[in-house]
Amino acid sequence: MRSKRLFQSIAGRQWVAWIPTVWLLTFFLVPFLVVLKISLSESAIAMPPYQPIVQWLEGGLAEIRLNFGNYLFLIDDPLYLASYGESVRIALVSTLVTLFIGYPMAHVIAMAPEPRRTLLLILVILPFWTSFLLRVYAWIAILKSNGLLNAVLLNLGLISEPLVILQTDLAVYLGIAYTYLPFMVLPLYAALSKLDRTLLEAAEDLGATPWVSFWTVTLPLTLPGIFAGSLLVFVPAIGEFVIPALLGGNDTLMIGKVLWNEFFANRDWPIASAVAIIMLCLIVGPLMWLSRLQSRAERA
Amino acid sequence: MTQSGNPDKRWLDPEAKPFIEFRGVSKTYEGIPAVRDVNLSIYQGELFCLLGGSGSGKTTLLRMLAGFEAPSAGSVWIDGVDVTHIPPYERPVNMMFQSYALFPHMTVFDNIAYGLKRDGIAKAEIQTRVNELLALLRLKDFGRRKPDQLSGGQRQRVALARALAKRPKVLLLDEPLGALDKNLREDTQLELIKIQESLGITFIVVTHDQEEAMTLATRIGVMDEGYLVQTDEPHTIYEYPSSKYVADFIGDINLFECLVAGEEGSDSVLYSAEIDATLEPPSGLSAPLNQVLWYAIRPEKMRLSRAPVETGNVLSGVVHEIAYLGDFSVYWIDLDNGFRLRVSRPNISRMDHFAESWDERVYVTWDVDAGVVLTQ
Repeated sequence: MRSKRLFQSIAGRQWVAWIPTVWLLTFFLVPFLVVLKISLSESAIAMPPYQPIVQWLEGGLAEIRLNFGNYLFLIDDPLYLASYGESVRIALVSTLVTLFIGYPMAHVIAMAPEPRRTLLLILVILPFWTSFLLRVYAWIAILKSNGLLNAVLLNLGLISEPLVILQTDLAVYLGIAYTYLPFMVLPLYAALSKLDRTLLEAAEDLGATPWVSFWTVTLPLTLPGIFAGSLLVFVPAIGEFVIPALLGGNDTLMIGKVLWNEFFANRDWPIASAVAIIMLCLIVGPLMWLSRLQSRAERA
Repeated sequence: MTQSGNPDKRWLDPEAKPFIEFRGVSKTYEGIPAVRDVNLSIYQGELFCLLGGSGSGKTTLLRMLAGFEAPSAGSVWIDGVDVTHIPPYERPVNMMFQSYALFPHMTVFDNIAYGLKRDGIAKAEIQTRVNELLALLRLKDFGRRKPDQLSGGQRQRVALARALAKRPKVLLLDEPLGALDKNLREDTQLELIKIQESLGITFIVVTHDQEEAMTLATRIGVMDEGYLVQTDEPHTIYEYPSSKYVADFIGDINLFECLVAGEEGSDSVLYSAEIDATLEPPSGLSAPLNQVLWYAIRPEKMRLSRAPVETGNVLSGVVHEIAYLGDFSVYWIDLDNGFRLRVSRPNISRMDHFAESWDERVYVTWDVDAGVVLTQ
């Protein structure tokens, strides 16, 4: 009886801690190691289309062949570096665009009186209730040369011939900004609604115009929200595949698209895996940098 | 009780120009009145207290002076200028907030320097002025700390320093001592008076604590349900309240509803059914026969004795309960018709012959001029 209770109190608690650990090991670390292994092997016309790293020789000896050629190839061919750069650039620009649209939105929502505040929040989340793919297709219908936007502009007489927006980088920015806006608005809203409004009154009382009090009080105190929102947009935007594939042109080289090509079109699993590993490093880098900035901002 | 030493009582001088004026100011929130038709003049160098219960409109009045709320009617004047429509950041007033509202992401130094930076003052000048304030408020060692690394009393002093930094013409203090414990509060009250006197700034303090108002104020404005019901010096407010509400709100009081009954010589006599007794009113009362009035008498102005006394007003009753409070004791006396009086007696000697007088018959007497007659 007593030993059972002991088991419940100590072992039970440890088991709870083990659940996320096991989860992360099986569904994150193991697949990552598999991808890492494939990225270090040589491609082959086989099933699966790569050669094993470890080969058993006679006499219980094992031969391990690590092939760093895939990584060298990525550096060698300017296509990959260019598309990494392009991905980071597009993700950065889209993050800034969502920040500039999302901050005023979150500000209005946080300052709104109660019944309207909930309504506005629901409106922000509402797009999630339709399929993401469907919404991207809707943008095609809006942006294409005989689409909704051009029809409206032509009828208003603002333009004389249709604008080419679809299959340009602009369409990709639009698509990413539209899709990820809620991920920016929600953390910003959380930070702004936590803000003590008497601090703004104090700033105004001490001679700060609303604009100055925004820069000196509101903005510094909502930095954690800005970091969180930017991460939530930037990280998935780097690896985005659907939006550049559907809205972007052939010259929009985002790494997600390259990855898809290597994997499905070229069936070069090792190269595709190497591309994925490098992408992971690209994402983890800024992620750690930002979270360090954030914890420093919170400590300050 | 300390009086802020202001030898020239400007509010008594009909020629004096008021420094702050509320002219017919009202404020309603969605149809609910918070402040109703307030007319108030405050003079330079005053330490004025707005006193009232919660929801009395005192904070709303203060916020209209700071510029955070716009009056629904009337106008607000500071130093001869109509500031009704001037935004807070252009008004020559600074406020110390009830919650202190210190900027959590700035050091104590930067908090105090915030207002000076907004005025574009040179760095060296800011440095010296902030250091002066840090010294004045005994915060010298805390300049580099963040607000969450300070105690409540230190935060309160930072808030005061920040509000004083711009040398405003008027300093507004919203429940400035509410968050401090009793001993610290008393020290800080005296310190506030000292600072106010040495800087000569007009202070307007909002408080719900009547003792605090009595300690600090040159004058007190008592608010009730949005109305400014009485504006007077603390002594006048206590001794000559203008209404039942003020009499009851400030200190303790015994109130009897009376009728003006018959005449005895030149003065009227009051009859109160509540205590079933006739009372001699204070001299100089002239009121028509049968008018309803209220007679108010403070507990400490009444005397207790075991034998009947011939002078003044006399009532007789039985001691119901005694509360010993150290410096004085409170006696609850039940009159013969059941009305309960509150009488307080200073504990002058250690062996008080009244200390154990439960259930004894006693006589309560007071001088004719110790009572107040109220008409509302």
